[in-house]
Amino acid sequence: MIKRIFIFAMLALMAMIFFNLVANYTENTTLSKLGHYYADKGPQELGAPNLVTAVVVTYRGLDTLGEVTVLFISAAGVGLLLRRTRRNQDDDKGLEQGDRAEETAGVHKPASEIVETATELLLPMVVLFGVYVFMNGHLSPGGGFQGGAIIASGTMFLLLALPESHISRLMIAITESMSGFSYVVVGVLGVFLAGGFLDNRIMDLGTYGSLFSAGAIPLIYLFVGLKVGFELSAVLDRFRKEDTGPV
Amino acid sequence: MSSLVITLLTVVLCAGILISGLLAVMLNNMVSAVVSAGLASLFASVVYVVLAAPDVAMTEASIGSGLTTMIFLYAIRKTQKLESEDDE
Repeated sequence: MIKRIFIFAMLALMAMIFFNLVANYTENTTLSKLGHYYADKGPQELGAPNLVTAVVVTYRGLDTLGEVTVLFISAAGVGLLLRRTRRNQDDDKGLEQGDRAEETAGVHKPASEIVETATELLLPMVVLFGVYVFMNGHLSPGGGFQGGAIIASGTMFLLLALPESHISRLMIAITESMSGFSYVVVGVLGVFLAGGFLDNRIMDLGTYGSLFSAGAIPLIYLFVGLKVGFELSAVLDRFRKEDTGPV
Repeated sequence: MSSLVITLLTVVLCAGILISGLLAVMLNNMVSAVVSAGLASLFASVVYVVLAAPDVAMTEASIGSGLTTMIFLYAIRKTQKLESEDDE
């Protein structure tokens, strides 16, 4: 009974908060002062046609670094938790070996031919599209996070279609840490060579709208994209490994 | 005219988000619940495209409806194994 009352009280509280938000909502017809600054000065200052990227990578670059860190910590946490679970399973594997062997046989069942063929056909294109999205982050919608997530979807395809495929942990670890490190190095270079941390003007701004333009933004997004892609792939791989783990 | 179409489309898609969200909470079958949670994300990403935020839409589509669903499915399979072991 008390539990119910609590639930209703919580719901009422939430409703109050959201009612306030909705009741005072008026649609903005003009940009805020900060928005005006970004919209006016962004293209000239940073040379990036995609304003969202300009804001995410440079003006709010520190926040992006924070997001990358959050993702890194969660990936590391998944790795830590799942490794511990497997050790426990290895401990008691003698008890129910027959049971487990049966389950593993079920897990190793190959995917259907359609899924397999389609994946073999589509996987290179998915990965290429991911790279395209993060290399063109300063020109078209998308960027490091989106491109990385698309690459991780490619990994997901691979794990679905070929459950026994092996993904090198060492390669993932090296690529991930190197790109994270380089990202911070580029950021620190901005302090010395340009206006501040993660300033993109350490390189030539180039021709407005061409692929190699907007200073260091393509470089930064290359690192962010690789890092996010490999991190998410590692998370998927760890979840999968646990299932088909060595018995 | 076109703004009316956009409004209608947004309303329909938001109803889709609500319905699939409710289904995700109410369905008893875990796998269907996870799939409808992914469906809510998919509707949300289409709403983002309609409201002219393609950057957010790409993230939502790939992470929200793709990777999260996948990870949930892996997690369900894993915990079901543990649950059945506890029963024995």
